[in-house]
Amino acid sequence: MKILIVDDFSTMRRIIKNLLRDLGFNNTSEADDGNTALPILQSGNFDFLVTDWNMPGMQGIDLLKAVRADPKLVKLPVLMVTAESKREQIIEAAQAGVNGYIVKPFTAVTLKEKIDKIFERIEAGAQA
Amino acid sequence: MDTEISNKDLLTKAQALVREVEADNEDQISKVLDEIAQLRESTLFQEIGKMTRELHDSLNSFRFDTRIADLAEHDIPDAKERLNYVITMTNQAAHRTLTAVEETIPISENLERQANDLNSRWQRLVRKEMDKQEFKILSREVSEFLPFVEQQSSKIHSSLSDVMIAQDYQDITGQIIRRVISLVQNVEENLVSLIRMSGQKVLSNNQASSSNKPKLEGPQINPQARADVVNDQDDVDDLLSSLGF
Repeated sequence: MKILIVDDFSTMRRIIKNLLRDLGFNNTSEADDGNTALPILQSGNFDFLVTDWNMPGMQGIDLLKAVRADPKLVKLPVLMVTAESKREQIIEAAQAGVNGYIVKPFTAVTLKEKIDKIFERIEAGAQA
Repeated sequence: MDTEISNKDLLTKAQALVREVEADNEDQISKVLDEIAQLRESTLFQEIGKMTRELHDSLNSFRFDTRIADLAEHDIPDAKERLNYVITMTNQAAHRTLTAVEETIPISENLERQANDLNSRWQRLVRKEMDKQEFKILSREVSEFLPFVEQQSSKIHSSLSDVMIAQDYQDITGQIIRRVISLVQNVEENLVSLIRMSGQKVLSNNQASSSNKPKLEGPQINPQARADVVNDQDDVDDLLSSLGF
């Protein structure tokens, strides 16, 4: 399982990376905004994307839209981890095709729950 | 300048004063002195008038620039609230970290002490200095110690995870401080333009109104006070499930 973590704060990237390692995901890469993340996603076989919303350069929501617009990446599961907590934004992310949405500050338990749920749905979708 | 006491007027009065003093004409002396005082007073009144007009103009120009009023009424108190929230966040993170450390240190001390004790006895066993009875006790203690180490290690792991996740304050407070910095820049620019405006007495009422406010708001410091913002992860989950997620 290859995961890309996108956040402009290096501390948050490290926290997410460590939490993912605790959950058994050791193969992670990092990017600091959408502009750097997109080429990494396009060139590597990533299985999962964890992204912040508010970043300088390309924002998380635009990265999500770019991913959904790319035939190679269209099915990539995307988990948004962000401090943006306005309802209209959560709805916007849902409409753009996000698979999970976590508001900061969050707990290790929340991260695990959301990731588990995303994979459950994907498996259920594959069987159906 | 006509608002100032002209030297010619003053000289005339002064000469008149000298004349009257030499003539020792007391009535005339005080009359001339009054006239000189009047000259000064009228200049003073004109100066006050001028200053009043300038103050009035300045106040009007303040009114033109509603952005400054917005900054003072809304943005500055908001920035203060945000910075207070930063203090609360960093305080919580520091305490959370310290609590985890305080819980972990005695665990590691205890493990160290017990391992040390078992090790010295184990060395006696290796050197064949131990009798059967003592070996039985050591053996029982080692078999108790191993699962204890396992359990205590998982406690340490959980404390360390807590320390790690407590560092998320850096992201959240960083976002808040960035916003306050941009506000300070905004205030600075407005003050500079205000100074320029009053310095050159140029009134421009085409203040670029920043109508396209940043859409993203970042960390909410008081989500309970707003209906358009979720309070916590449960709210997010409810909202998403209402959308069929």
